[in-house]
Amino acid sequence: MVNFDQVTFEYIRRDEEGNVESINKALDDISLDIKEGDFVVVLGANGSGKSTFAKHINALLEPTEGIVTVSGYNTKEEDKLLQIRENAGMVFQNPDNQIVASVIEEDVAFGPENIGVPTEEMWKRVEHALEKTGMTAYREKSPNKLSGGQKQRVAIAGVLAMRPKCIILDEPTAMLDPVGRNEVISTVKELNKQEGITVILITHYMQEAVDADFCYVMNKGNVVMKGKPREIFAKVEELKQYKLDVPQVTELAYRLRKAGLDLPECVLSEDEFTEAIRRLKCR
Amino acid sequence: MIRDITIGQYYPADSIIHRLDPRVKFTGTLALIVSLFLFDSFYGFLLCGGFVAAVIIMAKLPLKYVLKGMRPILFLLLFMMIFNLLLTPGEVLGSWWIFTVTKEGIRSALFMGLRLIFLVLGSSIMTYTTTPNKLTDAMERIFAPLKLIKVPVHEFSMMISIALRFIPILLEETDKIMKAQQARGADFENGNVFKRIKALIPLLVPLFVSAFRRAGDLAEAMEARCYHGGKGRTKLKPLKYAFRDAIAYIVLVGLIVGAVFIP
Repeated sequence: MVNFDQVTFEYIRRDEEGNVESINKALDDISLDIKEGDFVVVLGANGSGKSTFAKHINALLEPTEGIVTVSGYNTKEEDKLLQIRENAGMVFQNPDNQIVASVIEEDVAFGPENIGVPTEEMWKRVEHALEKTGMTAYREKSPNKLSGGQKQRVAIAGVLAMRPKCIILDEPTAMLDPVGRNEVISTVKELNKQEGITVILITHYMQEAVDADFCYVMNKGNVVMKGKPREIFAKVEELKQYKLDVPQVTELAYRLRKAGLDLPECVLSEDEFTEAIRRLKCR
Repeated sequence: MIRDITIGQYYPADSIIHRLDPRVKFTGTLALIVSLFLFDSFYGFLLCGGFVAAVIIMAKLPLKYVLKGMRPILFLLLFMMIFNLLLTPGEVLGSWWIFTVTKEGIRSALFMGLRLIFLVLGSSIMTYTTTPNKLTDAMERIFAPLKLIKVPVHEFSMMISIALRFIPILLEETDKIMKAQQARGADFENGNVFKRIKALIPLLVPLFVSAFRRAGDLAEAMEARCYHGGKGRTKLKPLKYAFRDAIAYIVLVGLIVGAVFIP
């Protein structure tokens, strides 16, 4: 679905005369392959290059070196831009700055309008997208009257109305309260399960990675760890080195294990933890 | 204070005027303005008054609300009427100190006053009964021929609708910055005019910075959603004429004809 082949991206800062002042490698020789239908989480602290990574999938940025392929299209091909963006929709961090229209349903229709979907078909898509994100009741409201979590769901509906194969979410929960965060993440998970849409979630909240099919950890433009969440979360020390915090239960279990208790190597949820403790008591 | 002005605000109601195609309402307002300046007799004003009153009733607008919208122009109205009254030469009816009142003066003051009132009434009825989105849609369609001479009509209407979407957000942000600066000792309320203008700098600078950042973000988000100008774009709610719109156009033609032929 999404393929990165030795991709490097450089931000070049120039002084007033146009001489190169400094080169900042935001992506440094990244190669990876994301399978269709997967729920992939990319983790990384601030400045790890994860946003730059996201913008490459949507062809908002072009690699300095290497090749990015999205559902068969090379992102460097100018005339394929619309197809790429139709296939790989993107949700951004700030909910206010990505809603274009003053009425919810009109905003959801913005993408389909741009790619020239006929009106009748467009209504069907809008209705479906609103229903899937649970925003049907708000269709005629103004976005200013919604909470942050609801606005993000509208943004997701807007992407969904394009019938994408893949949705990239660039820190969609960073500006939300815990309730909004849950709303957004559970909506995305449902879309992945029910509609089979590939989800690439970029975040620094480790908790959101627990249910992922696959995880990548980024640091300073490199992919430094990859694997199933369980494999990654087991390496608490290494994650801390990349300024990431594991969920509290995982950390607690890790410390108890270190102190000599016989617990499994990686505990992801509170239920798992209580189960492990109970088993310990029985023995 | 900004929230008190009702001119340009949408008044939601379910009426035939609300349902009219926005293009009809836009051209209707233009027709009214043109006809106002065409005739020069009380019969013409009677016609216009009847027309405006009928539209207000059909639009189910409360009279109080409509009149409240006239308040901001009250000063301008009085100013204009007094000048017309005192400065028009003609048959003298009476004079006091340096002021003279003429027959023509009374006439022109009345006419100018009525013209201004109907002009504002007409255009505010349009905005009361049409959402800003529909209005920009209508303008895009009406001015579409200008695309031939490379006027970026679609871009302008996109700009207007985005501006309308962000007005409440920026107002809220202004409020937030103001409070933040006040918390740090900024004073927006005291001092003379120059001091107050100077006090606005710590408000405007962060506001502008944030507005530009928002603009950048929004442009990126629009691009990510396949926006590439007006070419090949379809609409969720395309404008379509109905039978009632044809009738409305006939009424408008009647108004213009009346304005031309009334003595």
